[in-house]
Amino acid sequence: MPLTDSLRDDILASVPSLRAFAISLSGNGDRADDLVQETLLRALANIDSFQPGSNLPAWLFTILRNLFRSDYRKRRREVEDADGNYAKTLKTQPAQSAHLEFEEFRVALDKLPQDQREALILVGASGFSYEDAAAICGCAVGTIKSRVNRARSKLSALLYVDGADDFGPDDTVRAVIGGSGG
Amino acid sequence: MKDVKSQASKVAVAGKPGRLNSEIQSRIGHQLRAMYDDVVRQGVPDRFAELIKKLDAPGATGDTAKNDGRD
Repeated sequence: MPLTDSLRDDILASVPSLRAFAISLSGNGDRADDLVQETLLRALANIDSFQPGSNLPAWLFTILRNLFRSDYRKRRREVEDADGNYAKTLKTQPAQSAHLEFEEFRVALDKLPQDQREALILVGASGFSYEDAAAICGCAVGTIKSRVNRARSKLSALLYVDGADDFGPDDTVRAVIGGSGG
Repeated sequence: MKDVKSQASKVAVAGKPGRLNSEIQSRIGHQLRAMYDDVVRQGVPDRFAELIKKLDAPGATGDTAKNDGRD
């Protein structure tokens, strides 16, 4: 459909959640904003292919996710220093004490396989239905459900001592990281 | 950090191996949304508002956006 004023307003209204999704995926604020910009340009260039009345956020999220995927493959070799980059990203966040728990959470989130991380974010944070999340990721609804479940199990194992009395939290986290591999 | 661990230990005592403790799950859900909403609350940065405004000018959408990725 043509770019009407109301469609443009709707796209703009999706920017905050697109940024949140991009930051959750990339773990890097600058990279995330570049991704959002590419997403907006791509969306506007292809606005004719957007079906009026269909789910605009889901359409935009699909574009962003695909851009992230193709870009991620390209950059994979360059970003050997993922941990170092991640540490820098964390320092750009406001260092409020309430955010310490966030930081630990973000580090754990970053350790999830990409498929599981994006499924969990789409369903658990962006508020998409399993069906929408499946459409965004181009997979079956059951696949999304299983990815979300695995993501939750893995996060709880990374963040909390899940009945492993013999280990301190740090040892457990290390054991889980070492043993899971992705 | 200390808080997280002491809370985690408390949760662990109540938890059972191999089963997802519902308290842990609600904590994960809460943290996930808190992290996400933290960014959402930042609203629309100027660069994106300006980008969309610029592309709104008659004829601009085709010229600017369709070149994206080729230059």
